[in-house]
Amino acid sequence: MQFMLLFSRQGKLRLQKWYVPLSDKEKKKITRELVQTVLARKPKMCSFLEWRDLKIVYKRYASLYFCCAIEDQDNELITLEIIHRYVELLDKYFGSVCELDIIFNFEKAYFILDEFLLGGEVQETSKKNVLKAIEQADLLQEGSLSHLPSFLQFQKLL
Amino acid sequence: MSDIVEKTLTALPGLFLQNQSVGGPTAAKASFSSRLGGLVRGITALTSKHEEEKLIQQELNNLKATVSAPTTTLKMMKECMVRLIYCEMLGYDASFGYIHAIKLAQQGNLLEKRVGYLAVSLFLHESHELLLLLVNTVVKDLQSTNLVEVCMALTVVSQIFPREMIPAVLPLIEDKLQHSKEIIRRKAVLALYKFYLIAPNQVQHIHVKFRKALCDRDVGVMAASLHIYFRMIKENSSAYKDLTGSFVTILKQVVGGKLPVDFNYHSVPAPWLQIQLLRILGLLGKDDQRTSELMYDVLDESLRRAELNHNVTYAILFECVHTVYSIYPKSELLEKAAKCIGKFVLSPKINLKYLGLKALTYVIQQDPTLALQHQMTIIECLDHPDPIIKRETLELLYRITNAQNITVIVQKMLEYLQQSKEEYIIVNLVGKIAELAEKYLLVAFGNVLVLNTVDTYAPDNAWFIQTMNAVFSVGGDVMHPDIPNNFLRLLAEGFDDETENHQLRLYAVQSYLTLLDVENVFYPQRFLQVMSWVLGEYSYLLNKETPEEVITKLYKLLMNDSISSETKAWIIAAVTKLTPQAHSSNIVERLIQEFTTSLDTSLRQLAFELKHLHENVKLMKSLLPIDKSCEDMVVDASLSFLDGFVAEELTQGAAPYKPHHQRQEEKLSQEKVLNFEPYGLSFSSSGFTGRQSPAGISLGSDISGNSTETGLKETNGLKLEGIKKLWGKEGYLPKKESKTGDETEAPPVPQESIIMENGDQTVTKKDQSQVLTQSKEEKEKQLLASSLFVGLGSESTINLLGKADTVSHKFRRKSKIKETKSEETTTDQNIICSSFSSSSNVTYEEDYCLDNLQDRGDKELKKFSLSSELLDSESLTELPLVEKISNCRLSTPSLFADNNMEVFHPPQATAASVANEISLASSLLEETSEHIHSDLMEVCNNETISMSSYKIWKDDCLLVVWSVFNKSGLELKSANLEIAPAENFKITEQPECCLPVIEAESTKNFQYSVQMEKPFAEGNLSGFITYQVMDTHSVQLEFSVNLSLLDFIRPLKISTEDFGKLWLSFANDVKQNVKMSESQAALSSTLKALQQELRLHVVDIIGNEGLLACQLLPSFPCLLHFRVHGDILALWFRSSCSTLPDYLLYQCQKVMEGS
Repeated sequence: MQFMLLFSRQGKLRLQKWYVPLSDKEKKKITRELVQTVLARKPKMCSFLEWRDLKIVYKRYASLYFCCAIEDQDNELITLEIIHRYVELLDKYFGSVCELDIIFNFEKAYFILDEFLLGGEVQETSKKNVLKAIEQADLLQEGSLSHLPSFLQFQKLL
Repeated sequence: MSDIVEKTLTALPGLFLQNQSVGGPTAAKASFSSRLGGLVRGITALTSKHEEEKLIQQELNNLKATVSAPTTTLKMMKECMVRLIYCEMLGYDASFGYIHAIKLAQQGNLLEKRVGYLAVSLFLHESHELLLLLVNTVVKDLQSTNLVEVCMALTVVSQIFPREMIPAVLPLIEDKLQHSKEIIRRKAVLALYKFYLIAPNQVQHIHVKFRKALCDRDVGVMAASLHIYFRMIKENSSAYKDLTGSFVTILKQVVGGKLPVDFNYHSVPAPWLQIQLLRILGLLGKDDQRTSELMYDVLDESLRRAELNHNVTYAILFECVHTVYSIYPKSELLEKAAKCIGKFVLSPKINLKYLGLKALTYVIQQDPTLALQHQMTIIECLDHPDPIIKRETLELLYRITNAQNITVIVQKMLEYLQQSKEEYIIVNLVGKIAELAEKYLLVAFGNVLVLNTVDTYAPDNAWFIQTMNAVFSVGGDVMHPDIPNNFLRLLAEGFDDETENHQLRLYAVQSYLTLLDVENVFYPQRFLQVMSWVLGEYSYLLNKETPEEVITKLYKLLMNDSISSETKAWIIAAVTKLTPQAHSSNIVERLIQEFTTSLDTSLRQLAFELKHLHENVKLMKSLLPIDKSCEDMVVDASLSFLDGFVAEELTQGAAPYKPHHQRQEEKLSQEKVLNFEPYGLSFSSSGFTGRQSPAGISLGSDISGNSTETGLKETNGLKLEGIKKLWGKEGYLPKKESKTGDETEAPPVPQESIIMENGDQTVTKKDQSQVLTQSKEEKEKQLLASSLFVGLGSESTINLLGKADTVSHKFRRKSKIKETKSEETTTDQNIICSSFSSSSNVTYEEDYCLDNLQDRGDKELKKFSLSSELLDSESLTELPLVEKISNCRLSTPSLFADNNMEVFHPPQATAASVANEISLASSLLEETSEHIHSDLMEVCNNETISMSSYKIWKDDCLLVVWSVFNKSGLELKSANLEIAPAENFKITEQPECCLPVIEAESTKNFQYSVQMEKPFAEGNLSGFITYQVMDTHSVQLEFSVNLSLLDFIRPLKISTEDFGKLWLSFANDVKQNVKMSESQAALSSTLKALQQELRLHVVDIIGNEGLLACQLLPSFPCLLHFRVHGDILALWFRSSCSTLPDYLLYQCQKVMEGS
């Protein structure tokens, strides 16, 4: 996998993980272009996109888009499942996750992602093992964060 | 390194010491923890981008102040870091915080460290200079007793690590492979995977450990190791064939549900693992029947098991189908796979439909009937509202294009092209259309008669020109420059049929004149260049319009402001060509007047040339003959007519002429400046790259400096020569050759026409059978289908894109261009290699220079007597290589032992039976006695023959000799040895290698000389031998031989002085410090070791420094400078080849470790 982006329906970037070295300028350009292209697509359309020489695989969960870039010979369907498994992990960790959880605790979302995907490859596919690793590192974490009141959607992703 | 870190950190404001003692007040802490929330809310409340910018700038300013304030605690710093990440995500620059992220990772407690590492991995990229400061922290954390810290360090290493610092952490990470915790082992494997990706030669020595990881009892660790194997097998599948059994066994166990339930995903066992294994098997089984046979069973089972109607099973199915089609085919499996593809294509789910189309595109060449089966679905997809589906369909159609459906397909592609705006898509599609158009034009020319009678859809001249016009208009200036070049060459070289040539050219000229008449239309520059060249060359074909009219049009174009000066140069060149044909020359004179004062020097030059030629009509006519663009003109390149002038000048005391490179050399030796250019370039500077435009060519003649009247003729001659080079013989296939190409093209014609008819029949039959149920719309679709899928009916259909593509010589030419153009792009190598392995024309620019230097070096060696005792051992330089082929024998206990899984053992490395060795050894070639050679090693055997091989390290090449011993009492006939073309090697057969007969119980030798095309640490050379026993069937036996870089390294005997010169001329260098063991501490002994093991030539020893030189055959020199510093050896490599130093460094390190 080359990179993963999470962005909202409004086009706000929520998470970005780059597995290939790119300059900030390129990253911004790619993000802008992709957010635009993906948001312009209709709901019944294919989850895959050809973009430059890459394949983009995206999926929408509630108000949030998950978008991965893979190489042409990679398997698109399993990439969709990678996204899904990541959402499942988030869901399990936060307890029915919504976009807000990711906004306010995005560093946690990164930690979970790093336990699941490492260097662009699937590191661990067992849900139990990923969460165990996160909990281990979380042991010393301060008490649970109370959800902040908000005007954003509380829609559950799953 | 460590001192740099220390220094940098102490140079920072001394926050940390104060931090500990001060500690923020609790109130501040509380406010910090909700700061991110506040920021997020603040941003969401804003309505305009401008307000957001203001708010974030303010926030960043606050953060900047906070992070550099001495009172900031690490806890606060952690909070700041999170906000910084947030700001960066929104697209604002937070680079002032990078250094603090590194500090946080270094000094924080666990939680803070974690955020610090995260920030580092998000902020920095691999080559960021600050990353070096992280190395010490990583090393420390890797040694920590706290598992969480080790995990963090490994996580960050697997994502981002400076390539040159890998040696600092490599041993620590290798240790972690034995760690008791599986999570640590897993992350260590992934860290090594990262290293493999960024610096493969640094982890070569731990391949054995990868095997251990593959056999790890934990599924996660094993799965992680597959990432490495996938990459390695992709690089060189033949080296890992022995693991096929293991992979198959693992897959069997996974498919059979033997893994713990944890790894299930929606009740499918470990889908990611399955897919990775399937991909690996696909690579291993490619073109290899024996290996493929091992996997048929498990593939069959995979296809069978994947039944659940869930996305993930489809993912596995898709991969499985891909594997089935990549490996050596088995009809039963292919049938099942084809059924699966049907499931995809017919699925109502759009994602699956897309993948179905994708699968079809890659299987279509093997099985064109599949496209027929699904033709209606394909037609529907062609008008699908989702452009992605449309595009994939076009891709599919592109692959099934044949002479009959081409016009329809190209039309569909052009329609799509008109709608798309993305540059990448345009470039890609335009290239495909141009390729198809050119290819089928050639076919059409071969089949003129047939096509005219059979099919009205067939492409013709007009269609071709119109299609190319569309290509040039849309593709314009973004398309690949090959497209206009190829197009013009095609026009210029023409075909056998002169009337066809005539018509094609005439049509082009007419269509361009029409296009130029249209007012207010802007054409891309490239298109205009094409037009002007064609008009310049072929306007003479016109009957109605006179050259004057054409010139007038060109002049009008020339005066247009939107025309680039490069295009103007093309236009002037065209006018120049037309001038001798024209009677009146008003416009030409006007043009001359206008452009002899042009500010653009190249245009001015062209105008002056035209002016002088114009004054001498006779000369002009002989210089610019009509329709001779493909013929060479004889030019007195030695400038002999200037001899008198030169002699006169010399007698008057002028300095004799020195060639460019000589001047350069003298300058270099005088100034002792670093020359950053590769050495060989100085010779080619006169071979200017004027291929693209006449402007460039004129500049070239500027350089030659012949602007005097006497030189004028020559200048013009040269210029025309240049233009000829564009489209003429040089650099391309000579005309003669293309003609023979046409001849060989002829035979398939009748065949194809028959098939065409067949195709038509099958389609029409289908049509009839469905007529009853058709609505009108459907009828239209059917019609489209019949035009699209015509000619796909039978197996024997000539699919022009497939392997049977010997028909079009256009295609061959194209790939040849590719090959010569870029040796580094190794994609498509397979296709190119197979058809051109003989003609690979790699030119080594350094060749000449190096030979020179070497000669001189040799002479000077005799003169100089270097006061080194080592010089005596000069003769030792060519000591035999000690080949260490490590047989990785795996004593793997059990995989998944705790999981009740079947235990498997990777196959033992086959112990070669060496019974025949003695008899074979006696038959070593005579030549071996003169050169150093390796021991005889058996590579393969069966009941009749035994094959051994050995290497002879000759001075100028590597000879690999395969010795075939006929064990049987029978005579073997027509023995033939074939070596598979390898990516990195160039192989030439020695003349005495044809062996019609091998007598009973005798030995025969096959000898090949091998050259390495680009540096490579290790590679495999595989091939097979075929022979016949007593006129029966022929037997085939496969074998492979391992070649290492060292096989191609030879000492480079040069003097210290030459060493100095060469050193300055090389741009690629690599430095490395190596720790020496005590036994090596003496410089001389290390030198000796390097000299013996690596065949380096010791040039000189000065104090504690040594100079060594070697060359990679045929002519890549590499120089090594090293200095001893206590027990540290500083190695410094330089070479003209960018990758060679890395590989040599690796070999040196190996030697140092070994001795």
